[in-house]
Parts: sequence; structure tokens; C-alpha cells
Amino acid sequence: MNDDHRHDDSHDHGSELSEMQLRVRALETVLTEKGYVDPAALDAIVDAYETKIGPRNGARIVAKAWTDPEFKRRLLADATAAVRALGHESRVGDHLTALENTPKRHNMVVCTLCSCYPWEVLGLPPVWYKSAAYRSRAVKDPRSVLADFGVKLPDDTEVLVWDSTAESRYLVLPMRPAGTVGMSEDQLAELVSRDSMIGTGLAKTPGAH
Amino acid sequence: MQSVRDIPRDSDGPVFREPWEAQAFAMALSLNQRGVFSWKEWAATLGDEIKKAQAAGDPDTGETYYRHWLAALERMVAEKGLADARTLSRTRDAWEHACARTPHGTPIELQPNDFGDA
Repeated sequence: MNDDHRHDDSHDHGSELSEMQLRVRALETVLTEKGYVDPAALDAIVDAYETKIGPRNGARIVAKAWTDPEFKRRLLADATAAVRALGHESRVGDHLTALENTPKRHNMVVCTLCSCYPWEVLGLPPVWYKSAAYRSRAVKDPRSVLADFGVKLPDDTEVLVWDSTAESRYLVLPMRPAGTVGMSEDQLAELVSRDSMIGTGLAKTPGAH
Repeated sequence: MQSVRDIPRDSDGPVFREPWEAQAFAMALSLNQRGVFSWKEWAATLGDEIKKAQAAGDPDTGETYYRHWLAALERMVAEKGLADARTLSRTRDAWEHACARTPHGTPIELQPNDFGDA
């Protein structure tokens, strides 16, 4: 395990396939021969995650919740159904819950076991979400993790940490920033960062970075 | 890219760093959609592979995540009786053989004689 943490390609010769590439090709060959996977379907999945499914989906949901009280009510009551109604079908988990941040309560999401994450609304998890450091520290000391991400909350704001599982995944509904009265949903969606929907960030203030 | 204390950070970062990661990801999704395993089973297996790797000295910074993903996939495929470890390893060796005989810049294709005398 020690010498192959970077890329494997350095110690290959001839045409080059890394150990990881060889194993993946072997799996794909065997599963395709037996009819368990279809290479074209695999390409379609990869294409969707690389180009269509990502945190912009979640940002539009948050912006809609900020501007449409009826949608917000439905989102908080049953996020799975509210999100499905917008065309974001979950293919990878059962239940999605939206957690509303307020001045009194800040929600933050982790998966201590592996990397359970609301893929259909946020795409694939960022690398830090999958790290042991985040997975353990988010639970033990969420305020110090927030400080690392540059987030300082008032002392009287309660911080709640939610541990995702394959069955229960979470989308944080960040607070709508000040100075956004009259903005359109599209403009508001631009203020919603991926991290703000995991709870390691806040929505951006207009004009600030 | 910045690293604040021990939590690696990225600014939206690439979805997959290398094509094999994407292929391994898509195969797991595909098998789940076919009902070969549930996400609950998957999360348990992946979590277990991550723990094993950590115990074996993996820094577990998230960079090696898809290695664990692939290990979980191979294990699940064997446990569910789709393909045993021997078949996978024989096919892996065949790809290596195909790779060695293929000149640079030419697509690598698997042929029956890559499987040797096994």
C-alpha cells in the first residue's frame, strides 16, 4: 500500500494500465460478458454525474424554498417528494430530509461510516467529506470544523450534526442572506454554495466573496 | 486547493480524477439499479473496506476513496456470486498481457489468447 498512493502509472511499461485500471477493466469485462452491466449505460451514468447532476440542482431547490413558502413547507415536510416533483429522482437512497438553518440552529451533515450523501441534489461528495478527519471531527467538535471552513456562528446558535446513512440523507437549507429582497430565483441560486447545503458554509452575501 | 488543518479541501474539484474511478462508480450504480445489492448493503461493505484500509495504514484523506470503492465492488460481486475472485484475477492478468503486447498509441483490446493456458 505504501508506494502506490499517487498514480500507479509510473511503474508500468509497454502500453500503460495501472493496477487500478487493470482491476476495473477485468470487472467490466466479466460483468459485461455475463450481462450484468452494459458499457453504454455505464457511459451514460458517468456523463450524467460529470455534467448534469451536481450542486446546482440543490442550489435551485434552496432558492425556490426561499421565494416560495408553499414549496418550502413541502420541502421541510417531505424532501424526497418535493425534490422528486422537480424532477430530481433519487436513484441511490431512500429518504431525503431538508434541515432548516435558523439564527438559533445550524445544521451540519456528515457520514461517519463512509460517504452517504444526497447525490441527486448535490452530485458526488467533495474529497474532504470522504476524509477520516472530517468524518470524525464533525461529530466531536463541529465548531472547530466550521472555524476551519471560515464559518463563525454566534455562541447561542446551537450546532446540530446529522449522520447520514444509506437510508437517510440530508440537505441543509441555509438561511437566506440579507440584502436579497427582490432577487430572482436564478440570482438567489448563485448565492447557494455546495458547502452551505452540507452545513460547512453559509449562503453568500450579494457582492461579497 | 487549500488544506486547513487536517481536513482536505477542494473548490468543487473534479468529479472523478481518473477514468477508472468513474467506471467503478458507474458499475456499482448499475448493479444497484439491477437489484444485485441494496445501498444499505453497499454502505456497510464500503464502510468496512474503508475501516480495513485505515487499519492497514491508509491516510484516509479522501484521495484514496475510489480504491476502497473498487475493493468493496469486487467483494460485493464475489459475495453475490456474480464473479469469483479467481475469474477476476484471471481477467486482470489477461488485460495485463493485452497491455504488454499492444504498442503505444494503439487501443488495447482483449483477445482470447491473452488468457494464456489457464
